[in-house]
Amino acid sequence: MTATLSALTAIVLVNPVPWARAQMAFTLAFHIILVPLGVSWAFMTLIANYRGLRHQDRAALVLAQRWSKFMAVTFAVGAVTGTVLTFEFGLLWPRFMGQWGEAFGIPFAFEGLFFFTEAIFIAIYIFGWRRLRPWAHFWTGVPIVLAGIFGSISVVAANAWMNAPSGFVLDSDGRVIEVDPIQVIFNDSMPLQAAHMLIAAYLVGGFLVASVYAAGMLRGRRDRYHYLGFVIAFSVGAVATPIQIGVGDLLARWVYSNQPVKFAAIELVPTTSSDVPETLLGHLNEDGTVSGGIPIPGLASWLSDPSTGRATVVQGLDTVPPDQRPTVRQTDIVHLCWDIMVGLGTLLFLLSVWYAVSWIFRRRMPRSKWFLRAAAASGVLAVITMEAGWVVTEVGRQPWIVYGHMKVEDAVTANTGVWITFFAVVVLYALVGTTTILVLRGMSRRFRTAEDFVDHDTPYGPSQPEVPAGAEEVIG
Amino acid sequence: MSTAVAVVLLLAVVAYAVFGGADFGAGFWDLTAGGPQRGERPRGVIEHSIGPVWEANHVWLIFIFVILWTSFPGAYASITLTLFVPLTIAALGIVLRGASFAFRKAVVGMRYRRAFGAAFAVSSVLVPYCMGAIAGGIASGRVPAGGQAGDPVQSWINPTSVLGGVLAVAAAAYLAAVYLVWDARRLDEEMAEYFRRRAVAAAAGVGVIGLVGIFVLAGDASYLFDGLTSRALPLVILSALCGLGALVLLVRNAPRGARLLAVIAVASVVVGWGVAQWPYLLPESLTFSAAAAPAGTLAAVLVVVLLAGAIVVPGFVLLFVLHQKGLLPEEGVDDRPAVERG
Repeated sequence: MTATLSALTAIVLVNPVPWARAQMAFTLAFHIILVPLGVSWAFMTLIANYRGLRHQDRAALVLAQRWSKFMAVTFAVGAVTGTVLTFEFGLLWPRFMGQWGEAFGIPFAFEGLFFFTEAIFIAIYIFGWRRLRPWAHFWTGVPIVLAGIFGSISVVAANAWMNAPSGFVLDSDGRVIEVDPIQVIFNDSMPLQAAHMLIAAYLVGGFLVASVYAAGMLRGRRDRYHYLGFVIAFSVGAVATPIQIGVGDLLARWVYSNQPVKFAAIELVPTTSSDVPETLLGHLNEDGTVSGGIPIPGLASWLSDPSTGRATVVQGLDTVPPDQRPTVRQTDIVHLCWDIMVGLGTLLFLLSVWYAVSWIFRRRMPRSKWFLRAAAASGVLAVITMEAGWVVTEVGRQPWIVYGHMKVEDAVTANTGVWITFFAVVVLYALVGTTTILVLRGMSRRFRTAEDFVDHDTPYGPSQPEVPAGAEEVIG
Repeated sequence: MSTAVAVVLLLAVVAYAVFGGADFGAGFWDLTAGGPQRGERPRGVIEHSIGPVWEANHVWLIFIFVILWTSFPGAYASITLTLFVPLTIAALGIVLRGASFAFRKAVVGMRYRRAFGAAFAVSSVLVPYCMGAIAGGIASGRVPAGGQAGDPVQSWINPTSVLGGVLAVAAAAYLAAVYLVWDARRLDEEMAEYFRRRAVAAAAGVGVIGLVGIFVLAGDASYLFDGLTSRALPLVILSALCGLGALVLLVRNAPRGARLLAVIAVASVVVGWGVAQWPYLLPESLTFSAAAAPAGTLAAVLVVVLLAGAIVVPGFVLLFVLHQKGLLPEEGVDDRPAVERG
């Protein structure tokens, strides 16, 4: 009996830190895929809806209606995975919330407000297709777009606060005794981080939706419906990409000035120096040297501050004690993810240029099969790019949960059963993820096989808009 | 100011109990509706009823968490450390429930519908039970102050928690049945009768559990019991009267009034709980004012509440009005064959 008990205790008493970290990372990595759809899909749907109403374009209207139905599924999954995150803040990081909740928590109060608004108007928009007057219905979609924008800004404000904690006063025991909510929300890192994530939402959402239609076109579905689905979504992604590169550059320079240790991990800089090369790939060794990879001389210094060029000094990892900087493994992860983000981001930029050039000079989208193949891959690539960028900012902050104030290991729950919940969450999310994809595919297959528009299928019911000539071919 | 935030917190709990509770309760009736043939019509009414609003109701819970962790962070840490297990089960249940409800509407094929339907229904019972058990653990003073973990097992497996869990499931089922009577009247008279009988049964069930509860609380949660029998007594009486009134109206099949009375009955019990354990957030170890965050944070939370009044409430009213007027009819994906649709 005692033996069994102690064996049981041995199983149950597992250090919660790595498991809590893994669970948080896993659930966030899952949720962040749904975020772009929640934030930007409504915008794309409204473009299609507007086109449909303004130009009596029936294919555009059908597209908008179907998108809104897909959106209902992804929003629902995003809502529940987001709710789980609010549980996890307390369940996994109770000491973080206990000590910093009064500051860190504030942006979430605003986020809750916007999420509520978004949920309400999504319900009205999705269910209102048939009975609301067309333009009134269109306008019920606008609050979804606005709420998505402000909601994501609020959440990122909380994350930015972890990077640049401000707006509070501590007493001698380190307890928060005064809070300035404005300073908390508009912390130093917030403007650029929020812009970077918001544009990422439009970039990823655009490429992700477009990639589905690119794949359809490759299979020979070259009707107007697929064309509109592709062009609307891809244009959103293509416009967002160059802006994102500019914002990302500003944010990197902010990190250079304000989180030098994170920046050192990003650029793989063990010791402070000038003329720092930009190392592509490569890794850090335990003894603090860098091996492997392709160094581009002086580029990291030059990018950090072009005004001083290659003479720009970049602070090294060894300027802080080992327990205040990412471990060697974490540094390698940050650096690799940085390379992935920049590399894939550049590819997406080139693809956007191809698309833009074709529109400018030929007044049409590229017809090349290779373009469509690349576009079909762009969705997954954009998701990987975003995930990599998120890993850079999160792992790069280690070991801090509140930069310079609290370490992750001091924030974690005392509960030793976290490894069990980790596996439960992974299994459940795997099921939910697989089913989401299956359900979305099943829906699109059913939409495709629907033989013709019948009254029931038409947006806005009996008072349907004029059918443009040739619309019958659209129904692919 | 901490009092104002405490009132807001209590109102959020009431809203979650009344709106979210009805959603969970609909899942209870879904679970007990029988096989695919027998249960088809009641399930149809249930789906129609909670279709457009179900996601919106998650927000009350998020709101409760947000208010707790911003305004009473130490207490929030204590609660999450102590009640780790039921909170985890509730979180997983919410994922399962929300996702499977959406999926059930989106898939064709009875086999898949049944699998998702079962997941939806089982988690609809599990989640309110856990929530009630959590409330019971807090109300009976089993969560210690100071960001510490209490007993990880007894904090939620104890007489008050069992009472809280069972009461939450029963009250949710009761509310849902009363709402469903009203919704079914516009769709299907026979279903209205079906849910009316269940509403009467559920009302009786909640009443019995409430009576048993008096003895449970007297033995297990003396601070709460004293509060309920003194300063919160008017609310308890109000709840009992409204519950009885709703029961009479349901038995007589009166056209209106039962819904409002049922809501007041449930809401006044929740408010009664809050009043009974006042001024404690964690009974007898931590008061609301001692747990409160700095003034700046509380002010920010109250500003959000005012903004919610200006932005969310009109939207919510719009959603309900449109829903009640039948202007939001479209649900999920129509999967009937084209011939039938035309």
